[in-house]
Amino acid sequence: MPKRGALAMGLTTLALVLLLNFQTPGAASTLEPVARSGSSSTTGSSSTTGSSTTSDATPAPAAGATVDGPTVGTRYGPVQVEVTIESGQITDVTALQLPTGGRSGQISREVESMLSSQALTAQSANIDGVSGATYTSDAYARSLQAALDDAGFTG
Amino acid sequence: MGTTVSIDVRRPLVDRAAIDDAMAWFHDVDRRFSLFRPESEASRVAVGALRLDDASPDVRAMVTLAETVRERTGGYFDARRHRPDGRLDPTGIVKGWSVDEAISLLRLAGASNVQVVAGGDVFAAGEASHGSPWRVGIRHPEARDRVAVVLSVSNLAVATSGLYERGGHIRDPHTGRVADGLTSFTVVGPTLTLADAYATAAFAMGERGLDWIAGQPGFGGLAITRDARVVWTPLVDELLVPAQLAG
Repeated sequence: MPKRGALAMGLTTLALVLLLNFQTPGAASTLEPVARSGSSSTTGSSSTTGSSTTSDATPAPAAGATVDGPTVGTRYGPVQVEVTIESGQITDVTALQLPTGGRSGQISREVESMLSSQALTAQSANIDGVSGATYTSDAYARSLQAALDDAGFTG
Repeated sequence: MGTTVSIDVRRPLVDRAAIDDAMAWFHDVDRRFSLFRPESEASRVAVGALRLDDASPDVRAMVTLAETVRERTGGYFDARRHRPDGRLDPTGIVKGWSVDEAISLLRLAGASNVQVVAGGDVFAAGEASHGSPWRVGIRHPEARDRVAVVLSVSNLAVATSGLYERGGHIRDPHTGRVADGLTSFTVVGPTLTLADAYATAAFAMGERGLDWIAGQPGFGGLAITRDARVVWTPLVDELLVPAQLAG
């Protein structure tokens, strides 16, 4: 679990992320293939993407630090992201591990772009969490969400 | 299908053990209630391998609660109809319940300022920092990397149902049709168990869901319509962060 030191303005945050398998309201449709507009979606109720995963990040120093998101297994391969924090601000989000090659490679680039925009937008809005940003059917985005939760900027 | 859960504790901090206990609770709920685990108690009840009367108190309580909410929402939250095969599925109410219980565990351990986010549903206890309530963004219905509205909340649950989550998965249980008119419906209230279920129900109702949620004591609603209007009930007035009312 990420265990973070001081954020900006003296806040101290303990944040942790885990992935669970229980369903959400109306989620019965996830029992069957679901069409989504996102190109990075992954489906399948029994794939490795649905396994319970616990992040194992180490405590991060207060400033000029990086927070590693958990490695999430997907059908395309492992995904892990890293958030860079300087003086309590997110300055970068990069992918430590992304599948490469073919369609996977294309998906990876799209997701990497999304990671950065999500982080920076959430930060500029000065919010503590996001309601409605479930991403539960998207393993890549789950990795994103976990990494951003690590950084304390989104839900 | 995974759901991401995050726990964010602000001062006063608590022992790591309290966080671990809350995390263990979520894993326990997952183990018992996941319908993706054929051996889970909920799965065995759903397929008839375990009689409900022989199930654990928690499972029976969730089934009872789901039925109560179904009645209270006029059938718009229906733990059976949400499943294609019509089998019992109380898990629609389990996520919110598990968060409420986790909040209780964390509060008992001394965490008075703590936010738990589970798959886009939030309970924010206390404050983010001294004098500053938690700020919860409502995801923009069309741009996943933006928020449409920001709510300032303290000791409130925030749950959002919308088309963007899994693509038209909420159907009007009376007509079988995908609810239209709205792109998302957010419910705030004292517990996430009910806020989550009510968001599902109110979204299926469409815009009149606002009138319905306004009639539930302690609950408020905010809907984003397909034509990009944001509509909310009086209770939400005091929670809105005006400067964030941008697309």
